[in-house]
Amino acid sequence: MLDDFMMRATLAGVGVAFAAAPLGSFVVWRRMAYFGDATAHAAILGVALSLALSMSIFIGTVAVALAMALTVSALSGRGYAMDTLLGVLAHSALAFGLVAVSFLSGIRIDLMAYLFGDILSVSRGDLAVIWGGAALVMGLIVWRWQSLLTATLNEDLAYSCGIDPKREKLVLTLSLAITVAVAIKVVGVLLIAALLIIPAAAARPVSRTPEGMAVTAAIIGAASAIIGLRTAYVFDTPAGPTIVCIAALCFAMASMLGGVKRLG
Amino acid sequence: MSLITVEQLSVSYGAHRALHDVNLVVEPNEIVTIVGPNGSGKTTLLRAIVGAIPATRGSVVKKPGLRIGYVPQRLHVDPTFPITVARFIDLPRGVDKNTVNASLERAGVPDIASRQMSRLSGGQLQRVLLARALAGSPDLLLLDEPTQGLDQPASAAFYRLIEDVRRETGCSILMISHELHVVMAASDRVICLNGHVCCQGSPDIVSSAPEYRALFGSGTGGALALYRHEHDHTHDAECDHDHPPKEAAE
Repeated sequence: MLDDFMMRATLAGVGVAFAAAPLGSFVVWRRMAYFGDATAHAAILGVALSLALSMSIFIGTVAVALAMALTVSALSGRGYAMDTLLGVLAHSALAFGLVAVSFLSGIRIDLMAYLFGDILSVSRGDLAVIWGGAALVMGLIVWRWQSLLTATLNEDLAYSCGIDPKREKLVLTLSLAITVAVAIKVVGVLLIAALLIIPAAAARPVSRTPEGMAVTAAIIGAASAIIGLRTAYVFDTPAGPTIVCIAALCFAMASMLGGVKRLG
Repeated sequence: MSLITVEQLSVSYGAHRALHDVNLVVEPNEIVTIVGPNGSGKTTLLRAIVGAIPATRGSVVKKPGLRIGYVPQRLHVDPTFPITVARFIDLPRGVDKNTVNASLERAGVPDIASRQMSRLSGGQLQRVLLARALAGSPDLLLLDEPTQGLDQPASAAFYRLIEDVRRETGCSILMISHELHVVMAASDRVICLNGHVCCQGSPDIVSSAPEYRALFGSGTGGALALYRHEHDHTHDAECDHDHPPKEAAE
């Protein structure tokens, strides 16, 4: 069954969607969209470093994405507005990454594959990394679920229950770095944030509880991956962007549905 | 033993010293109210007690196993966050459905368990926060301006509710309030805070203390009068007509 490239691509897309859904919900609730973007953009630097040091791309991107996320946390609250800080760091990381890639003259790499993903070339090994990473992220978030929700609602309330919001934030940062690393192959660094935010945002108008939103986001994300791949196959369009387009259509439909419900 | 013992507590934000050398003890089954002008460190004190800000110096010692029910000054539930009232009360420990309903009923909002948190009115939100604090059967309730944004009858009802809760469960209450006349009527002990503890004691002692008068001005005579007034009448507390304060002329 895994011999078929479409099957492998579908499984890869669904795996990333499952990790991105609960994490993406927190990204929406905590207004971390730009933070996710910055972390994802930094990953291209991780790719360059991994290739230069000939080590696993997964490890390299997790390390750089994590370093980026921690840098943002450390620099925030030092006089810069958060959006300025993220704008500086996200685009610098992308630019440095692209420059670093150009130094790798000995190796021929397909830059487009890292920027926009290359889901159709997912190997069995890639699948193992994607599902392993996704399982790790889902495990972390399920384990910390109650504490994460409390810390997201109100930090003082979390402290009063013996929960350290800083530790919960670290859990999210780590999950974000892992998700970015596994999603590169599927949608590329430029569209990872889309996969985090769009399914979660689409799930919001039709959800009543945080659990409902995370599960709905997972369903929307997985459906976008499956339908997107099929569409890309039929119309011969780039697979990663097509998946994001389908997710965006789901968002538009859910918003209209939510609007109708409010009117009714 | 005392529920909490605060000793020589100092808290600084950078160069700004918000609290210094605060000593405070809360015993079982008492209602203690913290009063003080804006910026006097009242919220900082409560946040230091729940552990949200570290002490620069001094210590906060809690009785082992103390269950705290905390009602923060503000809770903003972002509209992007879907959560029902029942699910909110369930956070983070998980309580059974009967406890959720009982605590909502106790807080005076029995029918809103399935409502969205982001759609509640200010008064409903305060009561839901109280219900959540009560659901954990606390030994100590910490309330940061719990009647903020409520009109006068609603806030009077809220303080009556707090007294009922104390009587029924025997828990202690440490709260911040701006409503001096209610404070004087409803508290066993009042702590007047302005960066440090200016004075503390029973309401009539505090309201005649020179430190208290220096902070709150001449209006405090009226507050004391109202306090005594409520005790030498037999009206129930819902009575909303106004007696001229007896001692206002003094």
